[in-house]
Amino acid sequence: MYRYDEFDHTLVNERVVQFRDQVRRRVAGDLTEDEFKPLRLMNGLYLQLHAYMLRVAIPYGVLSADQMRRLAHVARVYDKGYGHFTTRQNIQYNWPLLEEVPDILDELAQVEMHAIQTSGNCIRNVTADQFAGVAADEIDDPRVYAEIIRQWSTLHPEFSFLPRKFKIAITGAPNDRAAVKVHDIGLRMVRNEAGEPGFEVIVGGGQGRTPMIGHVVRGFLPVPHLLTYLEAVLRVYNLLGRRDNLYKARIKILVHQTGVEEFTCLVEEEFELMARETPQVLPGGELARIRAYFQPPAYRALSPVSDVLATALGRDDGFARWHQTSVAAHKQPGYAIVTISLKPIGGVPGDATADEMGVVADLAERYSFSEIRVSHEQNLVLPDVALDDLPQVWRELEAAGLATPNVGLVTDIIACPGLDYCNLANARSIPIAQEISHRFADLDRQHDIGELKLKISGCINACGHHHVGHIGILGVDKKGVEHYQVTLGGDASETAAVGDIVGPAFSGDAVSDAVETVIGVYLGQRQASERFVDTYRRIGLKPFKEKLYGAR
Amino acid sequence: MALVKGGVLVDDDWTAVDDETALPDGPVILSLKRWLDLRDTLVGRNGALGVYLAADETPDVLAPDLSRLALICLEFPKFTDGRAYSHARKLRERHGFTGELRATGNVLRDQFQFMHRCGFDAYDVDASSDPSAWLRAVAEISVAYQAAGDRRATIQDQRSV
Repeated sequence: MYRYDEFDHTLVNERVVQFRDQVRRRVAGDLTEDEFKPLRLMNGLYLQLHAYMLRVAIPYGVLSADQMRRLAHVARVYDKGYGHFTTRQNIQYNWPLLEEVPDILDELAQVEMHAIQTSGNCIRNVTADQFAGVAADEIDDPRVYAEIIRQWSTLHPEFSFLPRKFKIAITGAPNDRAAVKVHDIGLRMVRNEAGEPGFEVIVGGGQGRTPMIGHVVRGFLPVPHLLTYLEAVLRVYNLLGRRDNLYKARIKILVHQTGVEEFTCLVEEEFELMARETPQVLPGGELARIRAYFQPPAYRALSPVSDVLATALGRDDGFARWHQTSVAAHKQPGYAIVTISLKPIGGVPGDATADEMGVVADLAERYSFSEIRVSHEQNLVLPDVALDDLPQVWRELEAAGLATPNVGLVTDIIACPGLDYCNLANARSIPIAQEISHRFADLDRQHDIGELKLKISGCINACGHHHVGHIGILGVDKKGVEHYQVTLGGDASETAAVGDIVGPAFSGDAVSDAVETVIGVYLGQRQASERFVDTYRRIGLKPFKEKLYGAR
Repeated sequence: MALVKGGVLVDDDWTAVDDETALPDGPVILSLKRWLDLRDTLVGRNGALGVYLAADETPDVLAPDLSRLALICLEFPKFTDGRAYSHARKLRERHGFTGELRATGNVLRDQFQFMHRCGFDAYDVDASSDPSAWLRAVAEISVAYQAAGDRRATIQDQRSV
């Protein structure tokens, strides 16, 4: 993984000193809350319902074992012993004290981490495929480019006060695990006819109040022009994006209102001019320098078949079940990718205690070349586990309560913090997630239902990605009472789609019944090995609607 | 208001003139509209000329005139409105403007560094501001990843030395 050099260290350390001074001025009353707000936000510090919340960047979801231990340490010393992994591959602490935040940032800087631009109307932490570098289906390693984008976007002088926040996601594989079509800019690695790698540039996707699937503005962008092209898109947006209405300020609205063709012309025109002046062309030396950090670890030459694994699979049903959901194909023979579910039955999706973080760090150190990933689905990943080690890794996860075999299934729920923490929320998300999780706890039933992405947001801002859930649940406020609107058929992958609203919202105590009904319709109608979303696409909304509302 | 240049308070020799008033002697700052109206009649005027651009006015229209302008003021209607950063970079990097680039409006020390990096070299600040804060602010982060209007060496440049 990437390691800071002296320049990276200098920037992050100076940033801590700068923020310490800003906090001091705020506490002393030299800064008003209005003046302080954008400064703290650009360091990831929110003021929530009950307390400050600190969001720490985990750039493109990559963590070392030491960094994970430091996150655990921060949770223990400065918070209430846990943290929350988010859909943007970050971690949030819910109870830090303002005066202690500079110390937390200092602790993080020591392990090459920061909270820069995890909030505010700037370029946010870039996200990527959690299987980057190890996936069997990859064209090129997106971490290389994600790191380049991280550096370029950090304290960008032109783009720190945009009309609204700006999110970039990148995937190196045709199977999109980074939801690139629902980001402000999505980058998908492709090859041109000559076989050279480059990027398909997708602009104007997003969720929130007005969900939209992004548009391709450039089918093939050569690698050296990546930053220039990003600057061109950002400049067009900075100058023309709406600043009169918070809800119409994202780039998706600009693209929509300008028209894709016209918008593309503006970007291309700006790109041509920029390429002639201060070219942000990626020098080959810098590209090679960064790529060197992402060389594969020292894999052993292993057989693609493991007798140890085969024996364990035959002997232990519990292990076999976990293996079925939690283990993915690795590009290196004899290795596998392990996803660790942070969705225990009845738990809070994405939460991990300091002790759990410690367990994962230890496992990474012993079995996965000290590396960990965070997925946008709020799970953790050990990217490089030898097949022979899988049974032992499972036993240790099981002992720590981290072996819930539900990855990709109905209880692997994405949920935002909701009204339990967030001052934007209209309704609680966590209790709904917990109730659905209990309802479908039975593993045989979950495995029978198969792949199902259930996503819950506590308000229209859609942090819980409900628009792109196979089943989406949106918390709304109806005359002071929490209600939940259900959408069906959303999809965050390469076949991205926004879900359809099924009908009037359900009360909090009826929503898990509604989910049960929806799944019942699917099970009754599914053909062969159809996933939920496949059946939905084939039969449409009507049968679900009739079953849900027919009796009314 | 007070004017900070190079980290010190300086006297402001310029007079901002509204669109109705007759032009006084000495350096004057005109609105874009007035400049476009008068640009041909002001040829040969003895006195420096400057233009004030509102945040929604593009500096591109000034490109043919830049050699005649000694000052361009760019407006920050709110410090959260970042359009003038793009205008500044265009003026410096695209159009090669070498005159004074002045930040005006809601100009606060916590944005000095971004402004400086985009090519601003003068700042209309609150009269009570401590000009030394400017020097401290622009030195707070001593390294930069991006090439921008200040033409400083980037981290990438430093790495490849």
